[in-house]
Amino acid sequence: MPNSRAKQTVESADPTAGHSPGAPRPPENGGRLQIRHLLGLEGVCREDIERILTTAESFKEVLDRPIKKVPPLRGQTVVNLFYEPSTRTRISFELAEKRLSADVVNFTASASSVQKGESLRDTVKNILAMKTDVIVIRHPSPGAPHFLTRATDAIILNAGDGAHEHPTQGLLDIYTLWERWRGLDDKRVLIVGDILHSRVARSNIWGLLTMGAKVAICGPSTLVPQFFRELGIDVFTDIDRALAGGVDAINVLRIQRERQSSAFLPSLREYSRLFGIDAQRAGYLREGGMIMHPGPMNRGVEITSEVADGKRSVILDQVTNGLAVRMAVLYLLCGGQALSSREGE
Amino acid sequence: MEQKRLSASSQWPSIRAITGGRIIDPKSGFDGIGTVWINGERIERIEPGTGGSIPSGADVLDARGMIVAPGFIDLHVHLREPGREDEETVETGSAAGVRGGFTSVCCMPNTEPAIADQGTVRFVLDRALTAPGRVFPIGAITRDRKGETLAEISEMVIAGAVAFSDDGSPVVNAGLLRRAMEYARMFDVPIVSHCEMMDLSRDGVMNEGLVSAKLGLRGIPAISEEICISRDIALARMSGARLHICHVSTAGAVEIIRAAKAEGVRVTAEVTPHHLTLTDDLIAREFDPLYKVNPPLRTQRDVDALRRALVDGTIDCIATDHAPHAWQEKDGEFDQAAFGMVGLETALGVCHRAMIESGLMGWPELVDCLTRRPAKVFGLPLGSLEPGAQADIACLDPDSEWTVTLDTLHSRSKNSPFFGWTLKGTVRSTLVGGRLVHENGHSGMPGRTQGSTFASHPAGV
Repeated sequence: MPNSRAKQTVESADPTAGHSPGAPRPPENGGRLQIRHLLGLEGVCREDIERILTTAESFKEVLDRPIKKVPPLRGQTVVNLFYEPSTRTRISFELAEKRLSADVVNFTASASSVQKGESLRDTVKNILAMKTDVIVIRHPSPGAPHFLTRATDAIILNAGDGAHEHPTQGLLDIYTLWERWRGLDDKRVLIVGDILHSRVARSNIWGLLTMGAKVAICGPSTLVPQFFRELGIDVFTDIDRALAGGVDAINVLRIQRERQSSAFLPSLREYSRLFGIDAQRAGYLREGGMIMHPGPMNRGVEITSEVADGKRSVILDQVTNGLAVRMAVLYLLCGGQALSSREGE
Repeated sequence: MEQKRLSASSQWPSIRAITGGRIIDPKSGFDGIGTVWINGERIERIEPGTGGSIPSGADVLDARGMIVAPGFIDLHVHLREPGREDEETVETGSAAGVRGGFTSVCCMPNTEPAIADQGTVRFVLDRALTAPGRVFPIGAITRDRKGETLAEISEMVIAGAVAFSDDGSPVVNAGLLRRAMEYARMFDVPIVSHCEMMDLSRDGVMNEGLVSAKLGLRGIPAISEEICISRDIALARMSGARLHICHVSTAGAVEIIRAAKAEGVRVTAEVTPHHLTLTDDLIAREFDPLYKVNPPLRTQRDVDALRRALVDGTIDCIATDHAPHAWQEKDGEFDQAAFGMVGLETALGVCHRAMIESGLMGWPELVDCLTRRPAKVFGLPLGSLEPGAQADIACLDPDSEWTVTLDTLHSRSKNSPFFGWTLKGTVRSTLVGGRLVHENGHSGMPGRTQGSTFASHPAGV
């Protein structure tokens, strides 16, 4: 992995905020996060993101050891409260929690409206009555994790709330770029696909902007909110124009088949022709550029197999990094001090 | 239009005179210190100045330092009875109204069952007999509010319905709405339109814009409201019916209404206190469903346009769209929560902030928007202090402040977006038909009016 290679080119991107992995820990805040919950990346400061990145790098080394378990969350109980089907995010969280020695409970529920079934408040109150410390929540309603912060005293970690945010995915995407580049300032990242319905896109946009990257989004005009121009990002509906200016990374989003039936798209075939990332389009990437995809992929729709499996693809690295990033976030939210790889965990 | 009031109204004391206050009567244009003399249910006369005999006694209200205005008239409230008496009843809603200075409220027919026949109109009027204020039912345009066939409009008019609306939803079928307007014209009753193109706003939960894009919440575009207003105005132009547009919320809608009025279409419009003050970015703070309402909170540009439209008369009046909801319907996921806000008790202070503190209006103009102007829209013989008029009066303390908390609201539901706001302008006493139905001595608003107690609001506001 580019880990050791990248470390040789470490440059602290922002001297006021940054601390390269080898630098002494900043005394203020004891290296602890300013945020109490991770609800989204909007509003999370650069220092916090950097604390998470350096800590994740330390945990990534743990994952390469024969014994992949460390003790910081021993005695803590984490509930994975999933109101939406999810395989990889749930497994990633569960594994991260177990690697940190937490006790883990999985609660899978079907989201129900307030009129039918148990309310979200009652469900969570019941879970907390069992003396749990951290809730990782995946829910189809934007803001459901924010509601939990009002309804409970637990530490809340958003694992995806509707189309709003998926902050650990955003962080792992940023980590994957940061690990290789050691700084995102002025790097150009293009997000392609269904931005309107994508929590991954939103978390990436906020985190990337905070880290100093230049962000562009591209997709069909029905699925790209024009309002996002007001955030200072470039909005394209022509993939070739989006790529023409030079791009350091392309984050390819999954296109949902149901968009076809709800009049956002005439057909996936047409989407694929207009926005699918094939070898020719991937060829626009700058030197050292990366192809990312949050998964699960529709091969042949938003991305060709040639690109997905190609040498610039970091799609599987994202999955590995996701584990390290989630360990870092859990560890830091539970009061841990930021780590850097030189110090070890 | 005269409403029978039960002999039970004798539980409220009669008032003979209100002295020493600044009397504002928009209809006659009177604005000055004086005494309002009341004879039984009606205004006897206004005696200007502080000279002459200053009456005193138990049946005299000392209103020095107060504004004495006609009782407010709210063309748009939801009283939830029959069907959701856990949220509000005719009586508790009317009680919340008189606490807010509203002596008359017009209640929308989206009850369970809907107010869509003469029996239900009579039921609501019957329930109103013990209420402290006047209640005017609005009948449904279509049977059961299903938007399929016309309800018996004539019978409901005879029973006492003052206007017709399927509020909560639009009449989707334009052909049916055309017939409703043509039919309603025979009785010269207004058709009251909740304007929304369901194809454009379906599943939306907040204003479509930058904020909804950031939050990942489905948007209701301004054009959903504007296209429907254009459609309904075109139908009113053709049918000659009186059309009243509910809760206007966008700058574009204001322009459409302005043009239609200039052209002579018989269209009127209302705006809510919350659309005059709140914007969609409040939702971004923590996805609080207390800010969820339909039409949704829009942008500052819309708020500014609505305020100006109220000043220039394009929008005729203020109406609260008081929409009580049980806490569990407002306590959870934003997109799953109910639409609506209570507003009767906060309207005066919120409108004061929007219109007077902003320098756009003085007290006489604001009182006009709450009294003479709404009365004119529905043709109610109320909203003035002229001799012979019903003695429906609100005494306001213009300088006293109060803070909106769970304890200071007395509606049976507490879904207010204004918790924590300190509002200027307190309703000191309210008279309906010459009887003192609400009085409180302090700005903290503990009053004589009964209100429900609401145990604890889990949102912890």
